[in-house]
Formats: sequence, C-alpha cells, structure tokens
Amino acid sequence: MNRNLYDKLIFDHSHPGRKGYDLPRYDWPEAMSKLPSELMRSEAPQLPEVDEPTVVRHYTNQSTNNFGVDTGFYPLGSCTMKYNPKLNDKLAANDTIARLHPRQPEDTVQGALEIYWNLQRVLSEIGGMAEFTLNPFAGAHGELTGLLVIKAYHESRADFARTKVIVPDSAHGTNPASAHVAGYEVVEVKSLPDGTVDVDDLCSKLGPDIAAVMMTNPNTVGMFEKNIPVISKLVHEAGALLYYDGANLNPMLGIARPGDMGFDVMHINLHKTFSTPHGGGGPGAGPVGVRAGLEQFLPNPKVYKKEDGTFGVNDFSDSALGRISSWLGNYTVLIRALAYIMTLGAEGIAEVGPLATLNANYIMNALKDKYLLPIPGPCKHEFVFDGLIDKSTGITTLNIAKRLLDLGFHAPTIYFPLLFHESLMIEPTETESRETLDTFIDAMRTIAREAAENPEIVKNAPHNTPARHPDDTEAALHPVVTYSQYLEKFKSE
Amino acid sequence: MPHRYFPHTPDDIALMLKSCGASELDDLFCDIPAELRLKGGYRLPGAMSEPEVKAEFDKAFSKCTPLACFAGAGAYNHYTPEVIPALTSRSEFLTAYTPYQPEISQGTLQYIFEYQSMISRLTGLNVTNASMYDGATATAEAMIMALNATRKKRRILISSTVNPEVAAVVNTYAHYQNIPVEVIPQKDGVTDRAELEMMLGAGDVAGVIVSSPNYYGILEDYTGFAEKIHEKKALFIINSPAIALGVIKSQGEWGADIAVGDAQSLGMPLNYGGPYLGYMSCTNALMRKLPGRIVGATTDADGQRVFVLTLQAREQHIRREKATSNICSNQGLMTLHAAIYMSLMGTKGLEEVNRLSCNAAHYLAEKLEETGKVRLSHPAQPYLNEFKVTVKDPLTTTVLLEALKNEGILGGVAVDENEMIVSCTELTTPQLIDKYVTTVKSL
Amino acid sequence: MTYFLPSHEYARIEDNLAYIGISKFAAEQLGNVVYVDMPEVDDEVVAGEEFGAIESVKAASDLFSPVSGTVVEINEELLDNPKLVNEDPEKHWIIKVEMRDPSELEKLLSPEAYAKVCEAEKH
Repeated sequence: MNRNLYDKLIFDHSHPGRKGYDLPRYDWPEAMSKLPSELMRSEAPQLPEVDEPTVVRHYTNQSTNNFGVDTGFYPLGSCTMKYNPKLNDKLAANDTIARLHPRQPEDTVQGALEIYWNLQRVLSEIGGMAEFTLNPFAGAHGELTGLLVIKAYHESRADFARTKVIVPDSAHGTNPASAHVAGYEVVEVKSLPDGTVDVDDLCSKLGPDIAAVMMTNPNTVGMFEKNIPVISKLVHEAGALLYYDGANLNPMLGIARPGDMGFDVMHINLHKTFSTPHGGGGPGAGPVGVRAGLEQFLPNPKVYKKEDGTFGVNDFSDSALGRISSWLGNYTVLIRALAYIMTLGAEGIAEVGPLATLNANYIMNALKDKYLLPIPGPCKHEFVFDGLIDKSTGITTLNIAKRLLDLGFHAPTIYFPLLFHESLMIEPTETESRETLDTFIDAMRTIAREAAENPEIVKNAPHNTPARHPDDTEAALHPVVTYSQYLEKFKSE
Repeated sequence: MPHRYFPHTPDDIALMLKSCGASELDDLFCDIPAELRLKGGYRLPGAMSEPEVKAEFDKAFSKCTPLACFAGAGAYNHYTPEVIPALTSRSEFLTAYTPYQPEISQGTLQYIFEYQSMISRLTGLNVTNASMYDGATATAEAMIMALNATRKKRRILISSTVNPEVAAVVNTYAHYQNIPVEVIPQKDGVTDRAELEMMLGAGDVAGVIVSSPNYYGILEDYTGFAEKIHEKKALFIINSPAIALGVIKSQGEWGADIAVGDAQSLGMPLNYGGPYLGYMSCTNALMRKLPGRIVGATTDADGQRVFVLTLQAREQHIRREKATSNICSNQGLMTLHAAIYMSLMGTKGLEEVNRLSCNAAHYLAEKLEETGKVRLSHPAQPYLNEFKVTVKDPLTTTVLLEALKNEGILGGVAVDENEMIVSCTELTTPQLIDKYVTTVKSL
Repeated sequence: MTYFLPSHEYARIEDNLAYIGISKFAAEQLGNVVYVDMPEVDDEVVAGEEFGAIESVKAASDLFSPVSGTVVEINEELLDNPKLVNEDPEKHWIIKVEMRDPSELEKLLSPEAYAKVCEAEKH
C-alpha cells in the first residue's frame, strides 16, 4: 500500500462544505420541515463530506490493495474462481433493466421474464431437473430454500416425523448451518479413508426420522461418490429426499447430471459454475432445482409461460413453500449466467468439466512428490493436500498459503475439509492456461524447498503484500468495527 | 479451435494428459459409473459469438418498457451517480472473493469497514455487519437473532403495517422453525399501541418487529415502545429504508436493539428487483449474536493498521449447525455501492434527497386530492416520500393504474381495488406530476 | 474434589457450591480465548445442558454444565480479560452454581477417568 499518500479512511477526507453530489433543483412547496420534530433525527448522521475527485481517488487506490481473478491465479478450493467474461457485465448493466421496478405490470417486462424463464430452462437441462427457481440470493440461501422445499414436501404428506437431516463430515460448513436454519437437527455421517461417504454408516442412520441427505458430488476432497446409485436407492427407500449441494458442479459439466444421479433437489452457485463475478463476497445467486413432482413447492414469486407464449409472475401459489425473497432474486446476476451459457453453447458447456478436471489433475500430479496427497487420484475439479510430506520443517498449511501471496498467487482454501489437519484445497478451474499452472507449480515447489532450506522466510510470510499478517486475536478481543471506535484506538495513541 | 474462454490447445491437452498418465480426457472420469454419464450432450443451442449474444439480449431488453416510477413499497427510484458504476466495475473489486486473505484484500475490507461505520451512523446503533441479502431476509435474521439472544423465549410480534413481502419472508423462516409469529393490529395506518401492550403482557415474547416509514409510507411514533418491550425483556426491531435514516429518527434514537432494512434506496438501480442490499445493525450487547461477516481494525506484523474479518467464531464455517445463521458471502459489492453513495452524498446530500422526495410527494398528494378522484387514506398521519390513497367510487386502482400505464407511468403499488401506495423521489419532475394528475383528473 | 464432563468442563465442589470452568486440556486446544458467553446470576442450569459458549479466534464451543442448580455468581473478570482462561483455567472458573442434586456428581468423570478421555482425543 502506498501508505504515505493514501492510507486514509473516507472519513479522514471529510471537510465541512465539500460535496460530491448534484441534484435537480425543483421549487416544491416545503413539506419536510413541517413534519413533527419528534419523528425526525435530533442530530445529523455525520456522514463524510467529500468532493467527487477525492472519492474517486480514494476508492481507486483501495482497489489496488485487492486481488481478483483478473489480477492473478486464484486456486481457492470449492470456490470455482473462473474468468468472469466482460460481455456479461456489459449486459447486466443494461439501462432498460436498470429502470424496471419489480412491481411493473407483466406486459411491460416480458423480456425480463423471458430471460428468467430461459435460464430456468437451461439450468433444468444442465441439472437434469424438472424446474428451477432463480430467487435465492446465494449458495447458502439456495441450500436453505432447497431444504424448505423438502420440508414442504414432507408436510404436504402430513409426515411430521422427519426432523433430521444427514450431512457428511466432509460437507461444506453451510450444509449443517442451513439444515439448522431450516429447523432440522443435523446427523453426521462418516467418510471412508478414500473420502467418500461410508454407506454402512449412512444405512445405520437412515430411518423414518430422516427428511433428507445432503451431499456434494464430487465431494470436498474432489472424489466422485461412485456409490451414489446405491445411496440414492437407500435414501429413497427410507422415504427421505436426496439434496445436491451444487458448490462442486463445475467438473460435472459435460459429464453427468445430478438429476440422473438420483438427486431430488439441488442448488447451483451461479457465481461459481456459471462465471458470475464474486464481487468481494456477492452478489451471487443460488438457484434451486427440483425433480418432477416437487415443482409446486418452489417459492413465490414464480415465473411461468402462458399458453399464448407470453410470460407471467405467480405471486400467490398456495402450494409454494412460502417466500424467501421480496422479488425475483439478484436479477442482473441471472442475466450474466444466461449470457455465459449462450456464449459457450451446448458444446462449450460440455468442455468445462473435462478441462477443469484436467487442470486439477495436472497440478496434483506435479506436486504429489512434495505435498502429502492423502487420497490418491484421479481427482475431479479439486483435490486436497495434507500439508508438506516432510513434516519435520514445522511449516504449516497457513505458512504455505501466506508464502503463496508473496509469490503472486491467491492462496488455496486452507484447513478445510476438516478430515485432515493440514488441508490445502486446490481448485484451478478450466480458464487457466498450462503456463499459469506451471508457474503455480514452480511456486509450490519453491516453497517446499524453502521449507527445508530457509523455513523462516516461509514462517514469516507474507513479506511483500499490501498488508502483513494481522493480529486476529487483538481484533476479536477488542473489536473495533466502526470509525468512531477506530479513532479512539488508533488516533489517540 | 478452443473457445475463447479456454486457453487449452490440443497440444496442451495432450501434454497435460501425458503428465497425468492418461491418454484421453475421458480417462479422468473412469470412476463414474457408465449409466450416470451424460449421453448425447446437452439439449441446448450451440455456441454464439459475442455480437450474436448481444443481439439476442437486445431483443429481450426491447420487450421491456421502463415506466416513470411512482412505485415504492420497498424499492425506490433514486439516482445512481456515475462515479459508482465506474468504481464498482473495477475488476480488482468485482472479481475478488470474500476477503479471506487480508494481506491481499485490504481494498474489500476497508470499504466494508467504511460501510459499517456509515450505516452505524445512520442507524444510531454501534455494530453493523458486512451486509445481508435484502431488507426482507435481514428482518427474518433479526427475528432469529432475537430468539437466540433471549434464549428461552418463543413468540415474535410483527406489526401489520410492515411491508407484506417482508412479513411473508419472516413468516417463511418462522414457519419451518416452528416460531409463533403474531400480527399486531393497526389503527388508522399505524401499529396499535394498546394491542401491542396486551400481546406483550401475555409473556414469552422474544422480539417485536415494526417499521418506519411503514408500508403505507407513514412515519410511526414509537415513543415509549422501547420501554414497554424491554420491560418484558424482549428485543425491539425496526425496519427502515436506509435513505430515510438521513432525516428520520433513527432506530438507535427510538431505543431499538436491532436495526434492519433495505439499502437499495441508497441509489441502487431498480434492476427488476435485485441485486439490492440488506443492512443490519445492533447494540454492543448483541454484537456476538449478529449474523454475517464483520470487519474489524487491528494491526499487522509491522504494526500498521489493517482490516480483517473478525468475530468469525459465530459463523457457519466454524460453528456449522450451531452457527447463528447459515449466511456467508452475500451482497459484498453492493456494500461498496452503498459506501460510495454515502461518501458522495454525505449528510447534506441525504437530507436534500429526502427533502426533494418528501416535498414532491406532498405536492402530488395535494394535487391528487384536488382532482376529487382520490383521497389520502390516513390524512392525520405524517409521511415522508410515500403515501396511501383511497380511490373514490366508482374508480378502482386497476382502472387508475391502467390509465397511467398508458401514459408511461407506473402510478404506484395497489394494495387492493380501493387503495394504493404512491411514492416520489428526487427524480420525480414537475412535468411527470402534471401528467399524473391530468390523467387522474380525466378519469 | 473436582469432577469432569467428557466435553471438558470441570466442576470443583466446595460444600454445596460447584465452580464450573473448562479444563487445561480444553483451553490448550482452543488457543487464545477471546470471549466467554455466560448466563446471568439467578439463571437455572441443568446437568448436561448448555449454559454458555467460549470462543477463540478460530474456534468456538458450547459450554455444558456438569451439575444442575442456580447460578449464584459469574466470573466477571473474564468479561474484560478472557485470556485468563488460557493462563490458568482451573483458577479462573466461569460460573458458580448452587447445586440442586449433589447425587448428580456420581455420573461425572474422576480426574483419572478424564485424563484417559484427553489421551484418547490426542490421537
């Protein structure tokens, strides 16, 4: 960071009398000052007063302290950090869409509904599902919505005994959390040494109290759950439904469809598999698909096609699980995903899975002589190392991750899955070239060498990033979460 | 030839396969049972070039007609300064993940910190999280937070004057967790205070949810509410659109424990319903019950001030099924939008936006009453930029809104055949109001 | 006399009072404690049920009560200085409970039995 010139918060730029806005000047009769004063603020909110050029420079400089997919390689496991096409951003910024109020009458928004409906159709084809809702705002929100579909289904059959959801111990943290928010108890099922679900353990836990089994396939160690046909049979015989966590859908593109594997309900992270930008943590989208027979439970509002070929919005379906959003989700994210699918087409989509898988296997094979591979391949889109093979150096996964930052890469996902002590989860995606992968492999080998020869440089990493290792303990002990607290802590010293 | 999004030439693929000990791409999928494999490819159209994709979308966009917007009811037509898209589209912001690696994510972390600080100043509550999906889900999360914070209490009370879409989302979340949600009746468009006291009196209340301005645009008077609610050890939750907080009494000033609402009104384009932004603030005492990400300031190994995600022990990736919420990353980039908007507008800008919106709304309301076709539904109640009207017989809201639509105007949001909610912003022009009023007069 | 739960809480008994905290082993596993969530005085706790939570930077766990009874005091020092738990978890108890049913102690682990639980968890 260029700390001398730009290490300021926006509040530090504030000077009374400056402004960064310009508004129309209409001579309306004054009404606001006649409102009862006891309903109005007693003092102004103290927002910064800054001119436009200063605001632009401030945030532009902040952006240079960031690292995005456009900056460099981002092998963050289970996050599918692929290239975000610029065409899609352009379409999402369309001025007509920007001006559509969500309560505009149907006949004035036919094109917007057509886009939504088309994306429902193509996701249904790719997922092997009968129908989709695109309303959920994110992956975790999709999980919650999918579980509520399952709950509404059981309720519709007056089966209230199913109070539990089974989740593998390798699952993403959101799975058990979503099950909890959906009002379910969580039962954990064990993984076998090869990372796949222990079918015997699953069997012993299935019963009339189980509403659903949540799985991701391939799972979080990058292994395909090859027993899925058996699992699907067992789950359905027990009267439960099978839920597909779509976080790892990318390698399945062109290879297999969750619907054909026996899954009843699934969500898709459009910001992973379908290339919409992550935005530093959203907005994403977590559409939920269901097999035939469950469509009626999808949430309101629903978009449908009428017999005359026009589109409508159904706000009041009684069979729906209810409402999980005010409107039709993060709409412009949907535009981006549809544009991506149209650009790749049937043949391009089918190449995504194989190329993503090739990239992951290429890295895995090039590094497995230095890094501990607890589950031998071939992997799918991602794989997990359990730290370095040579444990005598004392170098941890955290150290390796931080040293990668020095070498120009984003770190992999670390300490997840929970199956291993030193998990280092790598997912390269299909949009990375062989040369990029080779550079990353070189960096990882360099770190392995440094760990043996010069461990201090790894332990104290990062050295040349905009910020260095932060004191997390102090942050949690004495939280400073607003500028006012910040002033007390940092400016008084 | 590979697709332009894929760097792999046939030579690359051959070479890489060889190093993996495979001869073709299919070898990497040998563990997948044959009966599960996709056969015959996807039944989807073929690849399209960039100009073709654009043309297809242009066709769809041309089938939409943006109307001059007098609708609110949760989404408002405020102006988006051009600075905002210029900055939020910077790919260092746009293509980054959640800031898990603080050393290379100071940009994201700092704008979230600034956002938290500015929202806290608006809400008057000290702790703000790094965003929720929208105002409706934020309200549902506030309900769950109230249950967690008050431990053994079960009941939630929600005012009938809260936006029905928000209430519907709250009810969905509640239904599946067996949380009893009871509706507080209204009197002349505002929460019935006597009824609330009775419902509180029955005991076991964890939280009370109200809004201001409420669904009808009315500024409700919550004097004494906090005392009554806290007497029963319940939490007080107020939902307000963010922009109004520039001038109206804040949640903190009313003595609320949790502030929630939609921040779309901070100049976010309508975008047919999203992405918007939910905000959520709470008192210091509730900080560790707050769902979502929180950014804090600390120092790094060189003693420099840096920002980090903090209080993560509350979150799903650590607590799994015991987390306060399943929310993780959600509307990150929209917090940047909100932070830039608030930086540009400042205290005075927000006040001016509200003044223009409020004055336009009152002018329109007066002119509409003069037509003799409609009357204010709650003439005694104060409102900011949004108000409810009752159309007079034999006119219906359907007929009125249809006539306005034919003039290119979205006249408001119908509550039923007799009542509708009308909203103005700083973008409401005198010409538009003339057109609106003339159209109504002609019916 | 001190008793333990397999979830790593201890109850040190003095007359009819139980001083409840977390074991040394648990404190080491958690790392730097940053927050202890405690009940209020006069709250009831139930043997085997949650009464609060303890957080470090990277972990959090619920606290379970070894005994049933009424909270008569909470260790307010921990509100300002939760790190004390790391320094000496046995000295810095979390809550003090007046026991309702001392016979519940029979179901708890002795220090020797608890040591075996820790040994097993190390592997």
